[in-house]
Amino acid sequence: MYSQKVMDHFMNPRNVGDLDIADGVGEVGNPVCGDIMHIEIQVQDNIIQDIKFKTFGCAAAIATSSMVTEMVKGKTLEEAERITNRTVADALDGLPPIKMHCSNLAADALHQAIKDYIARRNQA
Amino acid sequence: MREIYMDHSATTPVDTTVFDAMIPYYSYDYGNPSSVHAKGRSARRALEKSREQIAALIGANPREVFFTSGGTEADNQAIISYMLSNPKRGKHLISSAIEHHAVLDTCLYLEKSGFDLTVLPVDELGRVEPESLKAAIRPDTALVTIMHANNEIGTIQPLKELVDIAHQAGAAFHTDAVQTFGKVPIDVKSIGIDMLSASSHKLYGPKGVGCLYIKKGIKTGSLFHGGPQENKMRAGTENIPGIVGFGQAAELAQSRMSDLAEYLNGLGKRLRDGILESIPHTIPTGEPENRVPGSVSVCFRFVEGESILLMLDSYGIMASSGSACTSGSLDPSHVLLAIGLPHEIAHGSLRLTLGKDNSEDDVNDVLEVLPKIIGNLRKMSPLYNGGGSS
Repeated sequence: MYSQKVMDHFMNPRNVGDLDIADGVGEVGNPVCGDIMHIEIQVQDNIIQDIKFKTFGCAAAIATSSMVTEMVKGKTLEEAERITNRTVADALDGLPPIKMHCSNLAADALHQAIKDYIARRNQA
Repeated sequence: MREIYMDHSATTPVDTTVFDAMIPYYSYDYGNPSSVHAKGRSARRALEKSREQIAALIGANPREVFFTSGGTEADNQAIISYMLSNPKRGKHLISSAIEHHAVLDTCLYLEKSGFDLTVLPVDELGRVEPESLKAAIRPDTALVTIMHANNEIGTIQPLKELVDIAHQAGAAFHTDAVQTFGKVPIDVKSIGIDMLSASSHKLYGPKGVGCLYIKKGIKTGSLFHGGPQENKMRAGTENIPGIVGFGQAAELAQSRMSDLAEYLNGLGKRLRDGILESIPHTIPTGEPENRVPGSVSVCFRFVEGESILLMLDSYGIMASSGSACTSGSLDPSHVLLAIGLPHEIAHGSLRLTLGKDNSEDDVNDVLEVLPKIIGNLRKMSPLYNGGGSS
């Protein structure tokens, strides 16, 4: 059902937790549909220095969250913005079709976190 | 890695004595029971012996037992053929919100075809309240179909009162007994059941075979058209090896029913109590006492069922869940929603159904591993704040 990469990221998720100081926070999904992804980023010189996630959901939801944190750590905000739910799924060697919509929102959470960071920066 | 199978409500292994009984009917006693020659007669004898074994388990006359391909077919045949065969009784049928899809979807199919359907709610333990059946029943109600025990939450329905209400209104009563057949005593005559569906592979028999009990005098018909098999109630050459296995499994189930039920009730209680003691924010589901022996069902807050199942699977522990991700849809199981659980709690459901081969050690191992799994998933969950919230 799931690729080895999905199972690896599900069983050994990378970057789980909260940041001491988050520069941007993004959260998507809701408990009714069974998936919530919460991503926090720390940005310095336009680069995502650190990133953490917390996810409520199935294996696909956890694996895509873990994968997206690994993909953007150390990347510029522009590079991170180009990552889509599709590229995250591809990086995991694909997801079962039924999971593509409901549990593949990690890039959306990341983009929200970036938006939040930019909004906070512009206010400062 | 040691395998711990705790998904016996999904299916069971074929008992070795059952399998041994089936073997001759594949390549040696392979006759068609409709044939007049020796091989045909031998198959016929095996068929009728199985029918007697099944009838004995539920207090039926063998002539009231009809073999099918399984529980789903039996449900379809009971509901569809009864409604089509009794147009004068009316076009209304009543079912419950926690039925297996084999019943629920069949009722919905009839509704789409012009029949009237009422789906009764259940209480928080999964029981149909007699008052709600009384309120729903009409002069044109032809059939009431309510399951004996629920496959997800294990609740056994007190059927007698519901049957009496149906009969007082002139309606027939069908029950899907797939989860209780061979596990708890069922006497169709004393309860007054008109039709009952059962499946072989839930009681250590082979897959692909089940039966429908139809009380003498109840007018039904065949879903399949062709030959005169099963007293013209089911066309198609009989699955003799499967039927022999089913009969053997039924006899075995009857001989060990009370001992096994006592064992599984004890083991199940230990598992359920152990889970509730060691894992906070856990909600047991279903009726606590009157339930399928060895069936344990709970919901863990802040985590999702599929994640729990895959983590358990990595330890060799096999279970199931009613979360959306395991139901193949976007909603969690209709049963968990029907007992009033909100979506976010229903998503965290876990069902552990014990069987004859499960041991105390199996329960101990699950009780050791499960708290760690739930703890780890909660650490990862944005809904969980370390135990502060309820």
